[in-house]
Amino acid sequence: MSELVIRDLHVNIGDKEILKGVNLTVKQGEVHALMGPNGTGKSTLAYSLMGHPGYTVTQGEAWFKGQNILALEPDQRSRLGLFLAFQYPVAIPGVSVANFLRTAINAHRKAENSAEKGITIPEFRKLLKGKMAMLKMDSSFAGRYLNDGFSGGEKKRAEVLQMAVLTPQIAILDETDSGLDIDALRVVSEGINALRGPDLGVLVITHYQRILNYIKPDFVHIFMDGQIAMSGGADLALRLEEQGYEWLKEKNGEPA
Amino acid sequence: MATRTVVTRTRKIETAAPRDFTFTREMIPALSGTAEGPDFLREYRARAWDAFQRTPLPVTTDEAWRRTDLKDLAVGSFRLPPAGMTFPPVPKTLLKPLTGAAHGGQVILSPGKVSKEINAELAAKGVIFTDLATAERDHPGILATLIGQVIRPDAGKFAALAAAFAQNGVLVYVPRGVQVEQPLHSVLWGPGSGLAHFSHVLVWVDDDASLTFVHEAASPTETEGQTLHSGIVEIQVGANAHLTFVELQSWGEHVWNFSHERARVGRDGTLNWIFGAIGSRLTKNFSDLDLLGEGSTGRMSGFYFTDGMQHLDHDTQQNHLAPHTTSDLLFKGALTGKSRSVWQGMIYVAPGADKTDGYQANRNLVLSNQARADSIPGLEICADDVRCTHGATVGKIDPEPLFYLASRGIPHAEAVSLIVEGFFDPIMQRIPFEGVRARFQQAIRDKMA
Repeated sequence: MSELVIRDLHVNIGDKEILKGVNLTVKQGEVHALMGPNGTGKSTLAYSLMGHPGYTVTQGEAWFKGQNILALEPDQRSRLGLFLAFQYPVAIPGVSVANFLRTAINAHRKAENSAEKGITIPEFRKLLKGKMAMLKMDSSFAGRYLNDGFSGGEKKRAEVLQMAVLTPQIAILDETDSGLDIDALRVVSEGINALRGPDLGVLVITHYQRILNYIKPDFVHIFMDGQIAMSGGADLALRLEEQGYEWLKEKNGEPA
Repeated sequence: MATRTVVTRTRKIETAAPRDFTFTREMIPALSGTAEGPDFLREYRARAWDAFQRTPLPVTTDEAWRRTDLKDLAVGSFRLPPAGMTFPPVPKTLLKPLTGAAHGGQVILSPGKVSKEINAELAAKGVIFTDLATAERDHPGILATLIGQVIRPDAGKFAALAAAFAQNGVLVYVPRGVQVEQPLHSVLWGPGSGLAHFSHVLVWVDDDASLTFVHEAASPTETEGQTLHSGIVEIQVGANAHLTFVELQSWGEHVWNFSHERARVGRDGTLNWIFGAIGSRLTKNFSDLDLLGEGSTGRMSGFYFTDGMQHLDHDTQQNHLAPHTTSDLLFKGALTGKSRSVWQGMIYVAPGADKTDGYQANRNLVLSNQARADSIPGLEICADDVRCTHGATVGKIDPEPLFYLASRGIPHAEAVSLIVEGFFDPIMQRIPFEGVRARFQQAIRDKMA
């Protein structure tokens, strides 16, 4: 059983410290929700764990499968079993969803075994068809340019499709609920729930409690000012929903 | 009053002799003592020779040559391929059909050697697909109506050179009403170093006829010296005729390549003109589309990928000379190393050419800091009721798509390849030939490796 262990993580953007000592452990099979107001550093945590070059780690470690992943390139982290669903997925014009996914699968396979010839076309078609059916996606989706002209809902579904195809052990979902109407949110959440299981650990980053009605967390953490301010069970999210973040700020002795 | 002494010193000025090639009139068989071939050809060659002699080598103060400098062209080093010289054979991969399972005919031009074949059925229908020397002997009438009619032999220094000397060439003729289903394929093979290759491609698709024609020029790269190629391409597309013309340029990276090309399209005719360029040290290509007949359409699609010290200059002209004509140009290129590309395009709409629709776009992806792309669109409109649009972009790969692809486990080099492939996809979609696409994609992979 693998786990992602984050210890005392400090991250800067430029000269500004955004993460001020994050400690968190996510095990395979668990669902953690990371909640907090905007601008507290939630997305910075997501990007830093994936290795975005715009973020500088100044202190701390993040261990996964016996390696400090902060020393690895982003593509190595992915191949190790880490996944980030982007809040704003990036368009890759001219590259079809199918071509992209096939390239990604082959990159993962070749990393495992250098003699790997890559997934065959029939095998790939079968795999993609199954995953797309699970996410209630039309088959024409595979031929479209990745995220190019996609609606907000389509982009998020494409993220979940990638997660389904790449089968990570730890998935970070960065504001996957943002920009989705209630129907799209349900479809995306159902997709994520279908992937839940003993092999997948999930970190759901969200501003709103709404998505947690669909994806039931085992643990809830409140993120304030670059740190986890409080941790608890699923009931913590409900309490936030009722009382807002102000309650926590007051509790911590900050001016509301 | 003070006297002022003015000292003048005369600096010794070295006037370099004007640079020029070492070719002589006697090297042209039609103009030599034996005076071979038909009279019209002799006159054509003589006119070309005169134009060649009186036209100086282009310099960067000439508008069309502002961005393409010939100072490193070793003008004195080129000679015509001597008879009896042995060359590496044409690689088998070049001879495979690029546009489907089989071709209707193939002409292979090597220095001093020609091979040609044409499907018997097509020959019986009157389709001509042969080399220039055979055309001279067997089809002088058709040759006489075409040669020098689309491109004047004095169109430029290099046009004159090719017109005077071209011994290698292809004649394609499709008679009125004949539909050629299987593509014709010609290969111009120009190996060696210190040599000059001259070629002349003539295509006439007569009224109501149709054809797909693929012409490829190639050679291996030599590490020492330069090789010169100068070519002329003259195309006539008749009324309601349809031509798809694919030209692929994969010259060795020591070749200095020049070409003058022009297509004339008649009433309701269509031309689908595809350019693929990956080779040569330097290329200057003039490609002009003349939409002569009302309702005619021309589409020009170009793709290029340069690396090292390559310099490709494509100079295009879309001339709307009749009402209701449509032109659509898209050139896309990617550059790496210290390479450079120039695209200079002009849409011209003649007085009275109303209801025309002209479009041109050039997109460049610069993959290294030392590569450079120049993109110069232009419009000259002398009619009122027209629609003309153009666009030009030069860009780099953004870090965000690279991070996104990396986050999916795709290594950096592969991510760059994927983005480059995606960049070219819109132009590849215009090319309905898997073989051509595969050839280009392989070239991209080789150059990025």
